[in-house]
Amino acid sequence: MKIEAKKLHKAFGGNVVLNGLDFHIQPGEIVGFLGPNGAGKTTTMRILTGFLAPTSGQVLYNDVDLIDQMLEVRRRIGYLPENNPLYPELRVFEYLRFVATVKQITTPDEEIRRVVSACGLADRIGQGIGTLSKGFRQRAGLAAALLGDPELLILDEPTSGLDPNQIQEIRHLIQAIGRTKTIILSTHILPEVQASCTRVLIISQGKIVGQGTTAELTSQAQGRRRFRIVIAGPREGVHAALQSLPGIVRLEADGSAAPDETAWVLEAGSDQDLRRTIFGLCRDRNWPLLEMQMAALSLEDVFRKLTTESRQPSVQEPRLP
Amino acid sequence: MRTPIMSPILAVYSKELRGQFYSLTAYVFTVAFLITGNWLYFQGFFINNQASLRVYFDLLPWFVLFLVPAIAMRTWAEEKRQGTAEVLLTLPLPEWQIVAAKFFANATFLAVALVFSLTLPFSVSRLGDLDWGPVIGGYLGAWLFGCAYLALGQWISSLTNNQIVAFLATLMAAFALLIAGLPLTLSSAGSLSGLLYRLSTYTHFEGIAKGVIDLRDVVYFLSFIGLFLYLNVYSLMRRYWK
Repeated sequence: MKIEAKKLHKAFGGNVVLNGLDFHIQPGEIVGFLGPNGAGKTTTMRILTGFLAPTSGQVLYNDVDLIDQMLEVRRRIGYLPENNPLYPELRVFEYLRFVATVKQITTPDEEIRRVVSACGLADRIGQGIGTLSKGFRQRAGLAAALLGDPELLILDEPTSGLDPNQIQEIRHLIQAIGRTKTIILSTHILPEVQASCTRVLIISQGKIVGQGTTAELTSQAQGRRRFRIVIAGPREGVHAALQSLPGIVRLEADGSAAPDETAWVLEAGSDQDLRRTIFGLCRDRNWPLLEMQMAALSLEDVFRKLTTESRQPSVQEPRLP
Repeated sequence: MRTPIMSPILAVYSKELRGQFYSLTAYVFTVAFLITGNWLYFQGFFINNQASLRVYFDLLPWFVLFLVPAIAMRTWAEEKRQGTAEVLLTLPLPEWQIVAAKFFANATFLAVALVFSLTLPFSVSRLGDLDWGPVIGGYLGAWLFGCAYLALGQWISSLTNNQIVAFLATLMAAFALLIAGLPLTLSSAGSLSGLLYRLSTYTHFEGIAKGVIDLRDVVYFLSFIGLFLYLNVYSLMRRYWK
């Protein structure tokens, strides 16, 4: 299903959660919503499923407003809400049968068998949901979302509470489903999007602050190198000299230096290996070079940069990996 | 493997009913209802020396006042607290069907509680010559009366995520509607007494307790149920407002 969100705003009382969210999702994509806690991921998912209405803006499914085709869209969506709410008084198969009946699946038994084996729930099928461990609860919720082979899966933090092996299994499952279906998932865990998603939307303070394929974002991130250097020399002189180096993208003073030393964080394009240049500069000016470290930026840095800059546009804190 | 062909609305109904039987509080209140009902009735039974359930049906609204909020309180409040409302309301099912299914499940549970209290007329009929007509009418009327309060309680439950709040608020509202029609209230209400007489659940139950089923009372209770189920759907649809 093609999905388009137009200028979504959502406010709860005076608390603005979404602030003009715009995005397109093409059929067959696996899109990851990435953002810090409280960025508005869950609210976006709730609006996409029709559980909440936006304060303003609209969601279009195949170019038709969600409000005008609510039941039709719900029929084609599999949704795993945040914290995976389930009925504790039901057994796993009772819950799956309930969801299958409400979704009006024509061959419920075959369909339940399919999702149960896909989610590795076969041993727990007769167990009360209230007595399941968190990992199996998560699988039960996922199995219910998969019932009826929906065209679009919306998964809010699908791997939360799972152990590393289970996370791996769920990721494989998501990738397998993603070959034929559209998937939207949210997470605040970076490796998750790197592992599963074809495209990432980074969301912060209710806005999209960055988007692209994982490869694009990573290469954008790896497009730079970061150096931390400590030089004993006059502050202004060192600053001017570093500023004039070729390929410098960013230069900041690092406040942690000792009184007669100056510490700097600078970023340069990945084609620039500045180590020799900096060493040459210090030798020529006779400034002792006390420390030098180099690191490549990761997706984590991009995430941190995008999500903190939009929050505090004026403050720039130099960070080290 | 048996595959009962079930409609979605029936699936919600049976899930609700299961939830009701799973909930301990509803049992506790049902047992309390049965014990106090029997006790208070038989206390005066041998003094009155009449094989009639008039006294019981006079007392019934006061038992229902506690039983019904206990049945209705979890309807939406628990779904909201558990977060399952999000699952239920994103399944392909219109809101009114969910509301109706929940209401009928609660009404079924209330009917079960009333059926258990049938031990009382059966005991009386062994001791004397009981006229079953008014008893059957009284039970149907009591069920209708209880259903009206169930609809009220279900709506109140949709406004909170706390069962206790839902219970107390329903109890207060139900109590107010009941005492509005007591002779004492009506005689001291002055010009309002006509209005209170028409609005109160008590005055509409009075005839039923006597064993007379008046169409006006039935219409009153049915519209009462309709109004609050509508309000329940309305409170769910409110989330689509911009």
